[in-house]
Amino acid sequence: MSPIVELDGVRRTFPGPPPVEAVRDATLRVDEGDYVAVVGPSGSGKSTLLSIIGCLDRPTGGRYTLTGVDVAELSDGELAALRGRRIGFVFQAFHLLQHRTALENVEIGMLYNGTSRRERRELARAALERVGLAHRLDFPPTKLSGGEQQRVAIARAIAPRPSLLLCDEPTGNLDSKTSASILELFDELQADGLTLMVVTHDPDVSRHARRIVEIVDGVLSEAA
Amino acid sequence: MRRRNRDVGRSRLSWRDLASEAIAGLLARPSRTALTILGTVLGITALVATLGIARTAGSQIVGQFDLLQATSVTVENRTEGFFGSGRQISRIPWDAEARLTRLNGVVAAGTITRVDTEGALVRSVPINDPLGQSEFAIDVYAVSPGLFEAVGARLTTGRFFDAGHDERRDPVAVLGPAAARRLDITRVDQQPAIFVGDTTLVVVGILDDVRREPVLLDAVIVPNGTARSLFRLQAPAKVAIRTELGAARLIGEQAPIALEPNDPASLRVIVPPEPRAVQEAVESDVNTLFLVLGAVALLVGAIGIANVTLVSVLERVGEIGLRRAVGAARRHIAAQFLAESAAMGLIGGIVGASAGVLVVVGVAAAQQWTPVLDLRVPLLAPAAGAVVGLVAGLYPSWRAASLEPVEALRSGM
Ligand SMILES: Nc1ncnc2c1ncn2[C@@H]1O[C@H](COP(=O)(O)OP(=O)(O)O)[C@@H](O)[C@H]1O
Ligand SMILES: [Mg+2]
Repeated sequence: MSPIVELDGVRRTFPGPPPVEAVRDATLRVDEGDYVAVVGPSGSGKSTLLSIIGCLDRPTGGRYTLTGVDVAELSDGELAALRGRRIGFVFQAFHLLQHRTALENVEIGMLYNGTSRRERRELARAALERVGLAHRLDFPPTKLSGGEQQRVAIARAIAPRPSLLLCDEPTGNLDSKTSASILELFDELQADGLTLMVVTHDPDVSRHARRIVEIVDGVLSEAA
Repeated sequence: MRRRNRDVGRSRLSWRDLASEAIAGLLARPSRTALTILGTVLGITALVATLGIARTAGSQIVGQFDLLQATSVTVENRTEGFFGSGRQISRIPWDAEARLTRLNGVVAAGTITRVDTEGALVRSVPINDPLGQSEFAIDVYAVSPGLFEAVGARLTTGRFFDAGHDERRDPVAVLGPAAARRLDITRVDQQPAIFVGDTTLVVVGILDDVRREPVLLDAVIVPNGTARSLFRLQAPAKVAIRTELGAARLIGEQAPIALEPNDPASLRVIVPPEPRAVQEAVESDVNTLFLVLGAVALLVGAIGIANVTLVSVLERVGEIGLRRAVGAARRHIAAQFLAESAAMGLIGGIVGASAGVLVVVGVAAAQQWTPVLDLRVPLLAPAAGAVVGLVAGLYPSWRAASLEPVEALRSGM
């Protein structure tokens, strides 16, 4: 198994005052096909960790390698390109554009990574089919349920075929029944070979994961 | 230095995708977009309409501009009074024509003076008609030969008298068309005679029309020399000059000096207004007022676009974060908002240019003018609108691009 994510003593300190050590000395390896849940109380640094792994933010210390590339060597523009090609994000708040259809929202996931218009359309269609929304292509988010909206967001994240899917509280805005169906979808995606990291404080979510990483006050520890 | 990591590549966004994203962004809030554009529309409309109306009005003056009038100069005695054969001495010399035609820029010149015939009637038959039906009160004018050309006279038949007639004081006359009709003279090949009181004159020509001095249309016109000897004419009263185009003003200054070097101020000169000055006066009056109004409207429009784009950036922080997350570089975010503001300016420019052209056409129609518009104005107006939008979008798009992706994702939505 080749490593997707390699964290080696990664730190993220927010300069104060007072300075906040949101992630301290984190070391973690995520291999291809892994399904990792990151759990911990609110404010413990889960989102900060995920932002670093997703190249939205840079570590202030240590070394982070994503699919063999040391992100410290990359410019801002290259980090953006890396996000566009290697990483899919799913957020608690969905982050869908309200005035665009489901299909267009999924296409935006590939807008900046060099995919042609035609290919974008085909991949977006396929991704929406994959998440079970083939019948909702032209619906705007306002006409979709919360679960459907999160499925559109998942389709947007997986359509460019990323190396890693990062989800920050993906079921935080959903009722338990809808959450369960989203978790089933994650299981299927993982079975398809996708690498997943899911931040959550929902024990249901963590039960689906193969590995559980706990973070308390910025300190990472993996349950056996 | 960091080297480009070949494995990572760059984010890119085609022009076409940028355009469709910008259009989608604008269409997401159609009424806001329309209201924002309104300021630019008003500004561009005002500018295009101003330039068009000024141009239309200006060329209208040029269109009405009469070549003959623009080249006509008249010199008279400044003091009121009757000079022909009367009490005061005219300042205009008999050789006025010769003096003036020596000036560079004079096409033709001649004196014209009403002759006091002491009430003598004019007739075309030798006998005194007791019933008076063939006798008419027709004015007699004495002119120097150059006057015919100076007033743009044309003949129906015969000829003008010349310097020879003048010098020899020949008893010849040219008739105005109305006078000829009254005297029932239509041909001159038989050398018809007319009688002014007891004085016999041979008609050598009949006028068709004159462009100046319409008194000649119903007059008996005789050479100065003839009038001096037969009617004791004392002095010329007036000089009519025709100049080359554009020389009227200069000749207006030189003529009194040529005619009366000792006291040029005793002569009054009537020169036509300079046509270009008229046009420029109209254009600059209309222009400055409305161009300022248009510029103000455009500035307000630009501030409107800047304001709304900034609000839009703040509202769409979440969208900005999302775009950054899926690979947009800062330049792509800046380009998106710049494209949206430029598109608003461009649309404002197109609508404003069309409205401006309609205003020009409408005003011209109401004034029964021919609308004239520099083609570059309606073509450049949309570009001007786009530039306004682009400039207005600079600050908001810089703000959008400088957002950190994590912050944007956290605070958005
Ligand atoms: N930009 C920032 N500046 C300062 N402190 C921050 C910033 N972002 C997060 N933090 C702090 O870092 C800690 C971890 O935050 P976060 O990663 O969002 O926690 P979690 O996602 O686990 O709830 C919190 O104490 C939070 O207040
Ligand atoms: Mg969080």
